[in-house]
Amino acid sequence: MKKLLSFFPALLALVLLSNFVDGPAGYQVGDKVTDFKLKNVDGKTVSLADNKAAKGYIVVFTCNTCPYAKAYESRIIELHQKYAPQGYPVVAINPNDPAVAPGDSFADMKARAASKKYPFPYLQDETQQVARTYGATRTPHLYVVTRRGSDFVVSYIGAIDDNSEDAKQVKTRYVEQAMTDILAGKPAATSSTKAIGCTIKWKKA
Amino acid sequence: MRLSKLIAFAAALLLWSGAARAQQVSVIKFPELQKRLSRQNDTTYVVNFWATWCAPCVKELPAFDQLSTTYAGKKVKVLLVSMDYASQLDKKVKPFVLRRELKSEVVLLNETDPNTYLEKVDPKWSGALPFTMIWNGKKSKRATFEREFTPAELTAEIKKFLL
Repeated sequence: MKKLLSFFPALLALVLLSNFVDGPAGYQVGDKVTDFKLKNVDGKTVSLADNKAAKGYIVVFTCNTCPYAKAYESRIIELHQKYAPQGYPVVAINPNDPAVAPGDSFADMKARAASKKYPFPYLQDETQQVARTYGATRTPHLYVVTRRGSDFVVSYIGAIDDNSEDAKQVKTRYVEQAMTDILAGKPAATSSTKAIGCTIKWKKA
Repeated sequence: MRLSKLIAFAAALLLWSGAARAQQVSVIKFPELQKRLSRQNDTTYVVNFWATWCAPCVKELPAFDQLSTTYAGKKVKVLLVSMDYASQLDKKVKPFVLRRELKSEVVLLNETDPNTYLEKVDPKWSGALPFTMIWNGKKSKRATFEREFTPAELTAEIKKFLL
């Protein structure tokens, strides 16, 4: 036992080090999420708890400046139009530091949301804490969360579909496939997918 | 005499193809890339995934392109994998490669669904660009980075493989 205890600090150091190397992992499917309070483009703050009628949310980390985010913009609006009536509205979060990505300032977000008539909140993650907690790495990066009582649990993480360039050529709609399962009260058969995107513009230390 | 002529011709051809390659971008599918990523020998391979639309990628690209010059004769091979859409090859990628006078080999990965290959490139790659892999089969060393590099950081990483 004593031997084991003397070994423990080394082991702890190793675990900490490997955590550091891999970076924070963020949420996995099945994890309970911590609610946030972020400023919307209309000036009000938004939390997941606000909408008592929501069965869940489609949380999308996205931005003004990334070509992939722009390519998916109208598809994100369509997701909201399809799933908000079924209890899963979209919540868009911009995690980019405007100092690094000047087109992602709050004023630019307001302008974008107005010109594209976003039917969902477009929130600024000013401290980038929400993106870090979720483990978001890129825009767009999508999470479906499902209500469990007063909590929300991650049901799906990943891609929107299999063709970013051309919506007409899409064969597999990953998030819609997952939503079909989730709305039927089942775990998503494919609950985790990957996509190319722009790296989140983290604040320079 | 004929043999020496043949050798001279072959050498000239090799030189010419090397020069020509620097000017062009070949379009490849994932199985071809996977072959390139699985080379295990005494060469240190540096593969950088980038795109013309990715600002941090474009910023760090010169540092990667410089490696083959800096470490000439040290068996360092750089491959720049463009993740631009194949439809942008002539409009964006080729002009970019020419304008930046890239010396390293550039290929464009022509696949529409990243979910089918990202995991196979590296399970730790979530899909953000830039992404870099460095490995040396003979030294059984491998490292991947889902982040951008400063020239100094890149040099420090490469040096670990050349010890």
